[in-house]
Amino acid sequence: MHRFTYRRSASAMEAVRAIAGAGPGTRFLAGGTTLYDLMKLNVETPSSIIDINSLAELNAFDTSGSSELVFGALARMSDVAADPRLGRDYPALSESLWKAASQQLRNMASLGGNLLQRTRCAYFRGGEPFACNKRKPGSGCAAQKGINRGHALLGGSDACIAVYPGDLAVALVAFDAKIDVLGPNGQRTIALEDLHREPGGTPHIETVLEPSDLIVRIRVPVTPLGRASTYHKIRDRESYAFALASAAVALQMSGGTVLDARIAIGGVATRPWRASQAERILIGRPLTSETARSAAETALHGARAGPDNGFRIELAVRTVVDALMIAKQRA
Amino acid sequence: MGKNDPRGLGRANSDPIATVPTRMVVNGAAHTLALDPRSSLLDVLREELGLTGAKKGCDHGQCGACTVHVDGRRVASCLTPAVQADSRRVTTIEGLSPEDGDLHPMQQAFIDHDALQCGYCTPGQIMAAVACVHEGHAASPEQIREYMSGNICRCGAYIGIVAAIVDAAPKMRRA
Repeated sequence: MHRFTYRRSASAMEAVRAIAGAGPGTRFLAGGTTLYDLMKLNVETPSSIIDINSLAELNAFDTSGSSELVFGALARMSDVAADPRLGRDYPALSESLWKAASQQLRNMASLGGNLLQRTRCAYFRGGEPFACNKRKPGSGCAAQKGINRGHALLGGSDACIAVYPGDLAVALVAFDAKIDVLGPNGQRTIALEDLHREPGGTPHIETVLEPSDLIVRIRVPVTPLGRASTYHKIRDRESYAFALASAAVALQMSGGTVLDARIAIGGVATRPWRASQAERILIGRPLTSETARSAAETALHGARAGPDNGFRIELAVRTVVDALMIAKQRA
Repeated sequence: MGKNDPRGLGRANSDPIATVPTRMVVNGAAHTLALDPRSSLLDVLREELGLTGAKKGCDHGQCGACTVHVDGRRVASCLTPAVQADSRRVTTIEGLSPEDGDLHPMQQAFIDHDALQCGYCTPGQIMAAVACVHEGHAASPEQIREYMSGNICRCGAYIGIVAAIVDAAPKMRRA
């Protein structure tokens, strides 16, 4: 592991000022489950670390609000997953947390850090001699002609087909979540759907955040779609694995008719992927296996497979269909 | 730096490392340490404090062999920078039961149910299992399997492990 200097910060504003003054190569450290892991692989090589774990102001979360749910960026995944109100009123959010990683990692990982979790692409993590535009801009993409069973079907480019691996962000995107970001010039709010960028020609730039920005809060508007929701995750093994395909689905039903629907898919795209067109297909219609299938196929519209990952298009379609049926049962 | 020097201590850069003063209580004993900020909690426990119960399996948080408790919560010590244990209470398998006392009910249950073969994953399994019960995630074999999924046993002793936790959970609640 490369050497780095280490300091702890006592407040969010102090942390942001410190990183703005520290120059390039400085990173915030929260749970460390991504950053420290990648530092061990020499994929991340920060020259300086600002540890933000003692910022108690960012630990709290509140799911009892009448207009929005509020999650401090340093709330731990396990604590939020165990919140009874969240499990009852927003099962998709709770499931997206407890179906991710292991309890050990959920005890460590923060919500804000989880949003910024980096890809599990083996060519990114593996380092030399594999080419990776995300790890080393301009070096190429070994996945295009490599083993791409787990790579993206949606949102990829010739420069990168690495999957965004997170679960929580997929569920949050379905619920129109926003994040509050603190930078050297103050605080601003970003729709979560706008946080992650598609790789295009610059896959090393993954979000719209500046290096000195700190996510301080996640906010989810209260919605009547919460209870009839699910995060359905299909994996190579039953637990503790990344998604081959996943779907966050939420419904508001009246009798057999869909009044409103939210669909986002994960595990198959380069960023959390909201499927708005698929939602529109369902609204005002009965939810049957036929309409669900039609919406799911629309969600995967434009999917582009390589030699090894074509099976995941149909898998993702069926994942969305199953998720819609699970959510319907909760309506 | 290469595979034989995972901590990069043999790098050409010979400047002294800026250590970070860190105080932690491990199995009830207070330690004041000057730590290389690169060091994992696992390496500090094993190499500086001589507590080799927690094992290094994958060193990337994927196998659970390094599981310890920090302030009573189970974590992967290999993915925990040791400086983050500052002002915290760490419990390893060595601190689970008193040296001159009975085994912890979970340790005894692992013996009774033959919940291991080679034993390399066992300290991590037991520390995870104790936390699993304390969290309230040991209500059924299905829930135990879900909440123990972060601990891999390549000998495949899972049937015994689940049986041991089912057996130990009510004994721990009584204790």
